[in-house]
Amino acid sequence: MQKTMSEKILADHAGKSEVFPDELVEVRVDFALGNDITAPLAIDAFKRSGAKKVFDRERVCFVPDHFVPNKDIASAVQAKMLRDFAKEFDLKNYFEVGRMGVEHALLPEQGLVLPGDVVIGADSHTCTYGALGAFATGVGSTDLAAAMITGKIWFKTPHSIKFIFRGKLKPWVGGKDLILYTIGKIGVDGARYKAMEFEGEVIDTLSMSDRFSMCNMAIEAGAKVGLIAPDSITESYVNTRAKREYKFYKSDSGASYEAVHEWDISDLEPVVALPHSPENVKQVTEIGNIPIDQVVIGSCTNGRLEDLRVAAKILKGRKVARGVRCMVIPATQLIYMEAMEEGLLETFIEAEAAVSTPTCGPCLGGHMGILAPGESAVATTNRNFVGRMGHVESKVYLSNPAVAAASAVLGRIAHPEEVLS
Amino acid sequence: MKITGKTWKFGNDIDTDAIIPARYLNTIDPAALASHCMEDADAQFASRVKAGDIIAAGKNFGCGSSREHAPISIKAAGVACVVAHSFARIFYRNALNMGLPILECPEGAERIESGDELEIDLDSGLIRNLTKKEEYAAQPIPPFMQKLIKAGGLMEYVKEQLGSNI
Repeated sequence: MQKTMSEKILADHAGKSEVFPDELVEVRVDFALGNDITAPLAIDAFKRSGAKKVFDRERVCFVPDHFVPNKDIASAVQAKMLRDFAKEFDLKNYFEVGRMGVEHALLPEQGLVLPGDVVIGADSHTCTYGALGAFATGVGSTDLAAAMITGKIWFKTPHSIKFIFRGKLKPWVGGKDLILYTIGKIGVDGARYKAMEFEGEVIDTLSMSDRFSMCNMAIEAGAKVGLIAPDSITESYVNTRAKREYKFYKSDSGASYEAVHEWDISDLEPVVALPHSPENVKQVTEIGNIPIDQVVIGSCTNGRLEDLRVAAKILKGRKVARGVRCMVIPATQLIYMEAMEEGLLETFIEAEAAVSTPTCGPCLGGHMGILAPGESAVATTNRNFVGRMGHVESKVYLSNPAVAAASAVLGRIAHPEEVLS
Repeated sequence: MKITGKTWKFGNDIDTDAIIPARYLNTIDPAALASHCMEDADAQFASRVKAGDIIAAGKNFGCGSSREHAPISIKAAGVACVVAHSFARIFYRNALNMGLPILECPEGAERIESGDELEIDLDSGLIRNLTKKEEYAAQPIPPFMQKLIKAGGLMEYVKEQLGSNI
């Protein structure tokens, strides 16, 4: 029978020859992740269960990244819970401040999550790893705790929706624009419980960085997973990083889809999601003059080296507008180092942007760039809900790194060409 | 099991940042989380909600972040049940894992208004609106989930499965 990638990965991990949409399956977990917000609840549940060991010390991973470097005493206490647990159970993959990064940039970079894996993370953006062809999804802390003990989790096999992107991308348009465009079309619950699959000639030539940005925001359409079939681009990304076996799964040509969307995106300009929903998407050319107070370039969506290069291209030799704060947050220590070696950090600092150690910080209104009442930010992050980056009367506009950098220079939401021309 | 209580009505796409803003996630204490429940959707809610009250909402309730703090704060605030047109998938799992009863009921989600008195039979999924004198049939909780609930939540289910071998 013809099957989708999701069905094949779940069947193999359930020890079955095939699975069907809506079928409940218990599957083997290849990698399980928690962070400094979600792991404390998982640790609490784990300890209360009386469990004496984790299922595999190399496959349970903690990354403190949300409120670290510790933003206050309560956060320090939570981060310490992870550190103590990692020590007690000898976790191989615990990443301390100074070695850590934003989890969904860090784990692929370190070769810890791989094509064909089943990955669960107590963080909704765990779906990022679908860009590698992994069945990766966010769960709650109790689900994480159970998987830490058993190495297994139950899923309802999702129906799949296919998105085919035709045409050729315009300059300054990337993966972030494609996923925002998609969410704008189908809405924030348009793929609720579903597997999204992205394909077409646009995806075929897309960098891993752009693919991560796309799959990262599948959750913003309500999806369980967002997947891209692995190819030569995936192979060249993982083959130098992987320390264990991996497997490429592809959907069969006759596999069954609940819906197929096919779009020619040749005319698509960079887009922005206006407050307060990721589905509130407009092309940057149609939104008029929107002044801003802050720009954030970073996060698990757009904090990778390629994102910083794009931002630096626009900020090079220019200054952040007066009255605007611009935060640049490389997503991992390695990205930070590479950005330094390439001179990108110098460009940012000369532009009078603030460069920070890796953290999720401002994306969720944690620290390192909180908004006051009435303030607006352009951010390369993934959510613009009410109060997401600070006060309930602040506003967040989501964009790609090029639009964010151009907006920092002009002090209003801007198309990159407005800066360069 | 029957629940009777007064309703607090919310709209569509209520995200987990609205249910419990991230600025309060530096604790896992249920009472502390409850004191900020629904704060960014209704700043008065946490101080006015009473034990046994019910939340009704539109589509995609609990979308966004995977934070389990969301159902924990709702449950610790005393809310006995959430009735919505539909739930985001991570929230749905988390709520059941936490033992917070939730029911999908598009008709009820549309008709129920703030202040309505409801009587909910969790076993049958029947919702009686005592104020409006109407009845709505909610989707029954799937059998596998009922097994989890019967065991006392996911962790108890895991313990049952593994016996003493953990």
